[in-house]
Amino acid sequence: MSTIPAVEVQDLVFRYGDRTALDKVSFSVDRGEIFGLLGPNGCGKTTLFRILATLLKPDTGVARVMGLDVVREPRAVRRRIGVVFQNQSLDRKLTASENLVHQGHLYGLRGALLRSRIDSLLERLGLSDRRDDKVDSLSGGLRRRVELAKGLIHQPELLLLDEPSTGVDPRARLDFWEYLQLLRRQEGITVLLTTHLLEEADKCDRLAILDQGSLVADGTPGSLKEQIGGDVVVLLTSPNSDRLSGDISKQFGLDPTIINGAVRFEHPKGAELVAQLMQALPEQIDSVTVSHPNLEDVFIRMTGRQFGETAAASDQG
Amino acid sequence: MANPPTGVIHEQAAATPRASAERVTLAPEPSFLLSAATLWWREVRTFYRQRSRVIGGLATPLVFWLLLGSGFGTSLRTSSAGENYLQFFYPGTVALVVLFTAIFANISIIEDRREGFLLSVLVAPASRWALVLGKIVGATSIGALQGLLFLPLAPLMGISVPIERIPLILAVLLVMSFGLTGLGFFFAWWLNSVQGFHSVMNIVLMPMWMLSGAVFPADGAASWVRWVMVVNPLTYGITAFRYYLAPAGMDVGGPSIVTCWAVTVAFAVLTLGASFYQANRSSPESLG
Repeated sequence: MSTIPAVEVQDLVFRYGDRTALDKVSFSVDRGEIFGLLGPNGCGKTTLFRILATLLKPDTGVARVMGLDVVREPRAVRRRIGVVFQNQSLDRKLTASENLVHQGHLYGLRGALLRSRIDSLLERLGLSDRRDDKVDSLSGGLRRRVELAKGLIHQPELLLLDEPSTGVDPRARLDFWEYLQLLRRQEGITVLLTTHLLEEADKCDRLAILDQGSLVADGTPGSLKEQIGGDVVVLLTSPNSDRLSGDISKQFGLDPTIINGAVRFEHPKGAELVAQLMQALPEQIDSVTVSHPNLEDVFIRMTGRQFGETAAASDQG
Repeated sequence: MANPPTGVIHEQAAATPRASAERVTLAPEPSFLLSAATLWWREVRTFYRQRSRVIGGLATPLVFWLLLGSGFGTSLRTSSAGENYLQFFYPGTVALVVLFTAIFANISIIEDRREGFLLSVLVAPASRWALVLGKIVGATSIGALQGLLFLPLAPLMGISVPIERIPLILAVLLVMSFGLTGLGFFFAWWLNSVQGFHSVMNIVLMPMWMLSGAVFPADGAASWVRWVMVVNPLTYGITAFRYYLAPAGMDVGGPSIVTCWAVTVAFAVLTLGASFYQANRSSPESLG
């Protein structure tokens, strides 16, 4: 297998008028990886997704899929990618299999080859008995599976998924991931997905975290969490978080941050430190949480903000 | 509803893992004709699954025709001797069927965008030409077919349709439908709401129909109206249609049949070009 990465993005810049949606973003995705683009709404991940899907042209920078430039060779790229959008793309007035027939035709598949592709996809995805049902009559989870079948009809080398878990119930979400992993194991397909769900990002092999158009971190979920080192301590206080934060930094030489009124810091031995804190500042502390770092902590460390905050502030992807 | 149990994705069902070397085989080169044909067929298939559109496209013109035609009866004297308004209004009614169908078919472009179908076509390797052509030819054939369904009504109202002229009539309907659909496509592509399209319909498409010689002849109209009718491409389609319905040798007035054909065909080509130009400029907004 060649060593050309499945996706290669270098210094990508995209502007909507004055607003910079992507600011010099660079990363690469190896073949066979399940790679996640994590970020709150409005961080630019949908823009990035659309550039990789050949729908938008970047202002500057390069994006390559399987070594092919998405701007110079869009058609060659399109033949190699399967795209599943966040919004439904199925024709609801047609049946599941009719949708797949039209999709196959658009990719040059026809006749017996197309029929066998459709049969095997529907069977794998547990849709065989619903193939002649109108999409209108299928549940959200089943429609999602038909969408996936649609994206896979031409055996793409790279599968692009935009927010695959949005609007899907937890069980369907689990099914979906099971299938993604199976696909990767059996066909060596590369998957790039965008998500704003931390637990979904945790399942990816590698991640890139985007915030306000910039890439703030990338790596495996484990290595990103390791960067934090030790425990994350969050203290709730009723009187005054500024005072508590000041006292902690004076008495313990730490550098706490205040997020939504809670005082938090990272420490290699957080649990032990908590006992001392409680003794030193008993009247100021209402509650204490000590936890291993998660991706939310990584995001806070990189941006100084909570993951949910920006999501509320902006609604454009 | 019988949802399959969890874990539906059976390993054994997905047997035959393919060697990684096999992965390199790409799907066949996408074919222009296959892409256009599949989009055409989808258009026709989905249209006839929406009963309200099929009926709406036929019933409204039928009501117009019967009420206006019978209402005016013989109180309006048109240029052709012995013709009552019901007969005069007939070609215009068929044109209205074509127009309504073209409008409804083009609303599907807006819906396709809203529902995300369009995006999935845009990321497929099929060419933009195939997309535009598939859409327009799809709507064109629906329009012409719906118009054709009106032909059997003609004899009932004392209009004789010579059998040998049916192919020519169908040809006029097709080219006229093509032009109107192309015009609709051009508007629908950059409009993002069905409401917006309705206002275009009221401001552009309906007046175009009214001032095409479909409702009243040019002879008695005010001179500015006559001028509008001369530049209105739909006038030529309607006149051609009138020409083929009239008994041989009868003068229907207006431009010659050759001019009618030339303008109708030119209009179709022009709107196709405009639609293609429109579809090829993909701005972030056009992606919905």
